[in-house]
Amino acid sequence: MVISMVRFAANGWIEKLYVEPDFFFSYYGFEWIQPLGEWTRVIFLICGISALLVSFGFKYRISIIVFFLSFTYIELMDKSTYLNHYYFISVLSFLMIFLPAHAYYSIDAWKNKTLRAQQIPKWSIDAIKFLLFIVYFYAGLAKLNSDWLFEAMPLQIWLPSKYSIPLLGDLLQQAWAHYAFAWAGAIYDLAIPFLLLIKRTRIVAFILVVIFHVLTRVLFPIGMFPYIMIVSALIFFDSGLHNRILEYISKWLKISKSFFDNGINYSFPQPWIQKASVSIVALFFMIQLLVPFRHMLYPGELFWTEEGYRFSWRVMLMEKAGYAHFKVVDPENGQRFYVDNTLFLTRFQEKQMSTQPDFILEYAHILEGYYQQQGIKDPEIYVDSYVALNGRQSRRYVNPEVDLTKIRFSLKHRTWLLPFDDEIKGL
Amino acid sequence: MKKSAFVLLVSFTLWSCTSDGPSGPDADDFDREAILINWADHIIIPSFTSFAESSAQLQSDAFTFAESPTLQNLETLRNSWQSAYLAFQHVSMFEMGKAMGLRFRDNLNIYPTDTGEINENIQEGNYNLELPSQSNSQGFPALDYLLNGLGENDTEILAFYTTSDNSDAYHTYLADLTSRIHSLSNEVLTDWTSGYRDEFVSNSGNGANSSLDMMVNDYIYYYEKHLRAGKIGIPAGVFSGSPLSSHVEALYSKGFSKALFNEALDASQNFFNGTHFESDGSGESLGSYLDFLNTMKEGADLATLIDNQFDAAREKAELLNDDFSAQVESDNSLMLSTYDELQRNVVNLKVDMLQALNINVDYVDADGD
Repeated sequence: MVISMVRFAANGWIEKLYVEPDFFFSYYGFEWIQPLGEWTRVIFLICGISALLVSFGFKYRISIIVFFLSFTYIELMDKSTYLNHYYFISVLSFLMIFLPAHAYYSIDAWKNKTLRAQQIPKWSIDAIKFLLFIVYFYAGLAKLNSDWLFEAMPLQIWLPSKYSIPLLGDLLQQAWAHYAFAWAGAIYDLAIPFLLLIKRTRIVAFILVVIFHVLTRVLFPIGMFPYIMIVSALIFFDSGLHNRILEYISKWLKISKSFFDNGINYSFPQPWIQKASVSIVALFFMIQLLVPFRHMLYPGELFWTEEGYRFSWRVMLMEKAGYAHFKVVDPENGQRFYVDNTLFLTRFQEKQMSTQPDFILEYAHILEGYYQQQGIKDPEIYVDSYVALNGRQSRRYVNPEVDLTKIRFSLKHRTWLLPFDDEIKGL
Repeated sequence: MKKSAFVLLVSFTLWSCTSDGPSGPDADDFDREAILINWADHIIIPSFTSFAESSAQLQSDAFTFAESPTLQNLETLRNSWQSAYLAFQHVSMFEMGKAMGLRFRDNLNIYPTDTGEINENIQEGNYNLELPSQSNSQGFPALDYLLNGLGENDTEILAFYTTSDNSDAYHTYLADLTSRIHSLSNEVLTDWTSGYRDEFVSNSGNGANSSLDMMVNDYIYYYEKHLRAGKIGIPAGVFSGSPLSSHVEALYSKGFSKALFNEALDASQNFFNGTHFESDGSGESLGSYLDFLNTMKEGADLATLIDNQFDAAREKAELLNDDFSAQVESDNSLMLSTYDELQRNVVNLKVDMLQALNINVDYVDADGD
C-alpha cells in the first residue's frame, strides 16, 4: 500500500484528481467529505505513513485505524474515482482493525512481551480468506450474464485494441479468443476460491492466480490491484510457507526470527474484546454477503440504471460510454442555453458523469446552484444524454423532458431514466 | 480434483474455440499502422504543403500591396487571404507535435479578433506576436479586420494604407501578420517532413500516448469545439442564451463564413473516410477500422452512420446565408438546426466510435465499472 500511495503521488494524480477540479461528486450520505485543497496531500501522507507502520507492525491498532480512516476518506472525496479495488482495500483494512495481526513478527510484539504470540486464533485468518472468497466468487457470479458469456462483451471491445502487446497482440484480434477469455475468466473467478481452499489444488491454484493477475495487469489499466491480489492469495497457504518467507526476510534484514517463536497462543487482553471483535466481524460478513445482492430490490436492468452496481464486486463487466449535454432554461424569460462541461469538470469527471445517473443528477444540482448565483432565480435543467452499453448502439439515457432540479437525491428507483429496451440475462 | 479442474478449464476453452459465431472481427489482423501512414502521407502532409504554399502566396501579395496599395492589389491580397484561410481549414484539426508546441490554431484563428489590441499595436508599434496575450490580434481574423473591416467601403479601407498618417505602420502590421502565418506553417510542415512523420507512423501501439489515440482525441476535440461550437453553436447562441452575430468566423468579409464552414466540414469528413487530400483516392481510415471492428448499429454500420451524418449536416447548412452573421440576425433557427445535425455526430463519434475503438479520453486507472 505504501507503493500504491507513492505511485499515486508520483503520477501527479493527487493534483489532477483532488486539487485541480472545482467540483467533486459525493457519495449519498457522505456529502460532508470533501477534499481539503492543498491539505489533501497531507491525508495522502498520513495514509502512506500509517500503511508503512501497519506493515512493520508498529502501534498496529492505531495505525490500522488511521489507515482505514484516511484511505476511506480519500475514496469518499470523489466517487468519480471509485474502483472495486479501492473498496476492497477499505473493507480489508476495516476487517484488520479487529484482527491481531501484530502478535507475531512485528515491532509491537518485539517490544511487548505480553503481546507476543506464535499462534493467533484460526478465525482471524479465516476471516481474511472468507473476504477473498467473497470477492472472487461474487465477481464470478456477476460474470454469469448473457453479455459476458454469449457476446464476449465487453472483452470484444477491449481486447482488439491491445494489438501491440507482444505475442498476444494477434491472438486478441480473434473472436474465439474473446470468448475463451470470457469463459475462462468466469470459471476462474468461481473456481479459484475453492481451489485455494483445498490443500491438494492450492499450488496449481496459486500458479493460476499469478497467471491470471499478470495477464490482467498486461491487458488492462488496473494499477496495483493484481499485485495486491497475488500477495493476498498467499494467506491460503499454511504457516510453513509463511515461515519460510519470513526466514528469508530475516536473513536479509538480520533479524532474529526465532525471537518471536515462543509457542504461545494469542489471547485477547480482555474476553470482552474478543467477543466484540468476533461479533463485529460476523456482522461485517453478513453485510458483505447481502450488499452485492441489493440490486434485486430495484426494477430495470442493473447495467443500465446502475442501481446497486457499486460495492458488489462487479469487476470489468461493462463498457459504457456516454455523452451528456445540459440545457439551462430560465423560466422567467424563456432564455435557454447549453452548458460547456469543461468549465466545471475535468475530462475524467465528465467521462464518469456522462454514464452514471447519480453523477448526472448531482451535476445538475451543482449547475443549479451555480446559475442561481449567476442571477437566474429558479433555473430549470434538462439533459440531452446518450449512453452506449457493451457495444450496443447509443440511445437516449435520461428523459429529456425531466427538470433535474426537481429531483431529490435518494436511493429510490430512478423513474427519470429511459428504459433500456434490451435484456441482459443473469444474476 | 486438480486434474479434473484442469481438464474442465481446457475443455471449456476448447469448446468456446469452436463455438464462436459469425460475429466479431474476422481472422485477418487489421493493420493500424496503415491508417497512420495514410493520414500522414495522403492527408496531413499534403494539407500542410498546400497551406504552406498558399500562405507563401499570401505573404508575397501582402508585400506587394504594402509597396503599392492599389485597389487591384487589395483585391489580389483578399483572394489569397481567402485561399489561405480555406487551406487552413484542412490543417486546423492536426494540433499535435510541433503544431501543439507552437499553439498553431490559437495563433492563426481566434475569433472574434481583438480590434482594440490591433489598433493599439499599429499605433504603438512595439508588439511581440509570439506572446500568448497577442493570440487574438493576429492570424486570419486579424487580417480579415485589416482587409475588410477598417472602413465601410474599399475607398475608406484603402485610405488607411495610402493617405493616413501612419499608413506605414499599417503596411508593417500586414506584412508581420502574413509573415508570421507563413513561418508558422513552414515550421510545422518542416517538422512533419523531417522526422515527425516517421515518429508518428511508428508510434502505432495502443495506449493513451499512441498516435492513433492522440489523433482521435484531437480530431473529436476539434470537431466538437471548433467546428460545431466555434463556427455554428457560439454565434447561434447555443451556449449563451442569446445569439452572438459578431462571433462568426470571417466577420468583416461578410459572406465568407459559410465557405469556411463547408471546407472544414469536408476536411473532417475526408479525414474520417481516409479520403486523400485533393484527390479521389482513399486509404485506411477510422471508417475502415470501424468496419473491421464490425460495430453494427441498427442494420447499418457505424462508419456509414457517421458518414451520412456529415452529409446531413452539410445539407442543412446549404440553407444558410453565405454570411452567418446575417443568418443569425435574420433567422437563427436555421443555424440552430444545423447545430443539431452537427451535434448528432458528436454522439456518434464520442460515444459510439470511442467505445468501438476502445479509446479513452484520459489516462487514469479504470476497470470499466
